[in-house]
Amino acid sequence: MTEKVIVHDLKKNFHHLEVLKGIDLTVHEGEVVCIIGPSGGGKSTFLRCINRLEEPTGGEITVDGYTITDPKVNINKVRQNIGMVFQSFNLFAHLTVKKNIMLAPVDLKLMSKEEAEQKALELLRRVGLEEKADAYPHQLSGGQQQRVAIARALAMNPDVMLFDEPTSALDPEMVGEVLNVMKELAEGGMTMIVVTHEMGFARDAADRVILMADGVIAEEGTPEQIFEHPQVKRTQDFLSAVL
Amino acid sequence: MSSLFTIFQASLPYLMDGFQITIQIWAISIVLGVALGLVTCLLKLSPFRPLRAVAWVYIWIIRGTPMLVQAMVVYFGVPQVTGLRLTPFTAGVITLSLNAGAYLSEIFRSGIQAVPKGQSEAARSLGLGAGRTMVKIVLPQAFKIAIPPMVNQFIITLKDTSILTVIALPEIMNEAQQYVMIRWEYFQTYVLVGLYFLAATSLLMVLANYVEKKISYDRKGNRS
Repeated sequence: MTEKVIVHDLKKNFHHLEVLKGIDLTVHEGEVVCIIGPSGGGKSTFLRCINRLEEPTGGEITVDGYTITDPKVNINKVRQNIGMVFQSFNLFAHLTVKKNIMLAPVDLKLMSKEEAEQKALELLRRVGLEEKADAYPHQLSGGQQQRVAIARALAMNPDVMLFDEPTSALDPEMVGEVLNVMKELAEGGMTMIVVTHEMGFARDAADRVILMADGVIAEEGTPEQIFEHPQVKRTQDFLSAVL
Repeated sequence: MSSLFTIFQASLPYLMDGFQITIQIWAISIVLGVALGLVTCLLKLSPFRPLRAVAWVYIWIIRGTPMLVQAMVVYFGVPQVTGLRLTPFTAGVITLSLNAGAYLSEIFRSGIQAVPKGQSEAARSLGLGAGRTMVKIVLPQAFKIAIPPMVNQFIITLKDTSILTVIALPEIMNEAQQYVMIRWEYFQTYVLVGLYFLAATSLLMVLANYVEKKISYDRKGNRS
């Protein structure tokens, strides 16, 4: 299997606060990795370093063969292949659903307007929101907005998808619809790194679960290993608190 | 005492001429001021300290001194030093647009900074560069946020044109001052000048309301 994401000794400081204290992680093509752990443990910061929304303080990250921590790399080009879904959806508020999805492929001249529109409608059908193509983001529920955000990321045909707590801002009854879309994506062979508090999703959909706490990977393994037989006390404490 | 309407008719040739100049100099200065404000605002948000410093000094001086003084310096002062003679109209345009630009730049900056950070992060995560993100995502939303204070500034600039009477610009205030010399009807004449301004600013407010409604994207129908 090809290595899609290689993280080596990643460190990130915010001023004097050490948020990431040396993370090593390799994600293979088609693999679904779920990152769980307590708040403030560095999960989101780690994810945001992978497409350099946060500038790493030290270490090396390679995505798709591009060393993104190299200052000479064309980060905009690399980001085109890394989809990201945010906790707060971040749909472009001034654009309709369809235009949200079309914007990047058209602006970056990867598709013509017609191609992008077709792609947008196809993706909307896939996430079950075809009839919302001309709605504005504020007219949608949280769950619908997040499904559109996933479609928007997919329009770029990314190789890797990053999910930053995609269901944490949702009303409970809308969590399922978003997780279903993510599950389909995982079954379709997408390489995914998912920061989540949804233990059920991590158990069902992940190939590997990582527990991150205090800026380090406390434990990693298959969902079964982590959820049934956690070895590290930090993992045991966390799981007994959330399950 | 003659009625307001009689004076309106009698003063029409004077005041209408002046009013046209008022509107002209205002329109030109607003266009230049918006451009200047946008550039200044981008300078102020730039990561390069010297560029930020330029913007800071410009805003500091213009906001910190009366426009009356600025007009005097531009019209009487600058020619004396440089030998370059300016017409009242040119000097007026320079003064007004410098003034509007300084205030508008701060209005634009607050608009840009009011756009949630997640909006540009989403654009950057899709591979758009900083410039394209600004143009396609941030500015359109910032513009909408900035409309009410922008209109406010447009109105202030319109009224500020009357200050330019001191550099002998034949705008409406200047014309009115000449007219009262002949007719001595101070009350009616100056009330009329006020009404001309009121008419123009009212029109501006109606127009602004229309534009604001037209481009609002978060009030088009309810959540479905």
